[in-house]
Amino acid sequence: MSTPNQIAKEILQNGKAAVVVGYCEGTIPGRTQTHFAKTPEQAEKFIFSKSCVNNLAIYLTKQYKLPKPIGIFLKPCDIKTVVSLIQEKQIKRDDVFVIGLTCEGVYKGKDELAGKCKTCTSHNPKDYDIIIGEPVEEPATDPAMKFARLKTIESMPIEQRRNFWMKEFDKCIRCYACRQACPLCYCEQCIVDKTQPRWIESSAHPVGNLGWHLIRAFHLAGRCIGCGECERACHQNIPLGLLNMKMTKEIFEEFEYMAGVDAEAKPPLTDYKMEDDESFIR
Amino acid sequence: MDEQKLNNTFEPNIAAFVCQWCTYTGADLAGTSRLKYEPNVRVLRLPCTGRIDFSFIIKAFENGTDGVLISGCHPNDCHYNAGNFHARRRFAILRKLLEFVGIDPRRIQFSWVSAAEGAKWRDVVNSVTEEIRNLGPLNEYKEIIKESFPFRNIEKENTIGHR
Repeated sequence: MSTPNQIAKEILQNGKAAVVVGYCEGTIPGRTQTHFAKTPEQAEKFIFSKSCVNNLAIYLTKQYKLPKPIGIFLKPCDIKTVVSLIQEKQIKRDDVFVIGLTCEGVYKGKDELAGKCKTCTSHNPKDYDIIIGEPVEEPATDPAMKFARLKTIESMPIEQRRNFWMKEFDKCIRCYACRQACPLCYCEQCIVDKTQPRWIESSAHPVGNLGWHLIRAFHLAGRCIGCGECERACHQNIPLGLLNMKMTKEIFEEFEYMAGVDAEAKPPLTDYKMEDDESFIR
Repeated sequence: MDEQKLNNTFEPNIAAFVCQWCTYTGADLAGTSRLKYEPNVRVLRLPCTGRIDFSFIIKAFENGTDGVLISGCHPNDCHYNAGNFHARRRFAILRKLLEFVGIDPRRIQFSWVSAAEGAKWRDVVNSVTEEIRNLGPLNEYKEIIKESFPFRNIEKENTIGHR
């Protein structure tokens, strides 16, 4: 079995990728950081461990201007992001060399399994060019469990739910770490940065915060693949993933669509069916 | 306005986002047919219901409306063929999102009103106004507006007849 650094070296030597994006040992023991290698010597540092929690697919977006083709280490859940980016014509499949990693869950802190991994159903990568690690057994996770986190909030009365979110949004300082960390928030100009007209108030007051979190959830509706980077990036610990998960759930129930599965599929909000539900329309 | 002040009753402000090909013309028909309906609705004309962005609705709430009415062509009647079908999907999701963060989904109402349905437009406006009047002011939003913009007098800005 070959290790990540050997594979990366080989790819760079063969010219299959101009740059390889992967994980290397971080400055704090037990944590990892992103590493870019353009030469086989630089590829020496690549590792893969339980602490490789971040989604590297964000480096495929235009803003990072990496030379193509890009070799990239991706966990099974992160590959969904690539599928979405291909679907939205942000990158061509030929420009990415996917190094798939088999993954049985990664750690959030020292030894706590990240939230997304608890209900994960894909431990083996699907669409890859080369794979590292032996195939592992898929867990028997109940698909309904995926949205279990929503239940506590959904069961609240509407008043209580409002108070809950107001308290959460009150913590927001509008640093936009959630946006910067999101691999699908690739707009060159975000709607909150527009000033003429100013649609969403950019100050960190209740109106602005509510507007921002609503628009963020809505712009990711049917696109979010649930990598949980927004929630991880949020240093104020706002459960942002819940909003995205709610959107994913509603889209799945209404339109039977899951993001990040099929690059050929039409995104649900750019598509329609004659028999869509219109019971709420007079 | 005087009546409202005298009786101290609540009159809702409703923003109506309508499509120019069907509902706007329908509302025009209601006018030329001299149908009388509630004056609480501010009609905002847009090319199509598919043009209605989520941020319009947020903006309406941020400016102190108590309810939003969205109205366009019946299915298969869209001037742009599929604008209202796309809008329908978006609104179905939008309602769920607002409900999830604790805003009553009854604050946003939808209807299909064609250019020939002046009477239906009257009925829709009357019933929506009645429903939102019964719900009362959108205090959830008004509280945070007061907190966010201490120098704005939202009550004065939005009284019926003020503008």
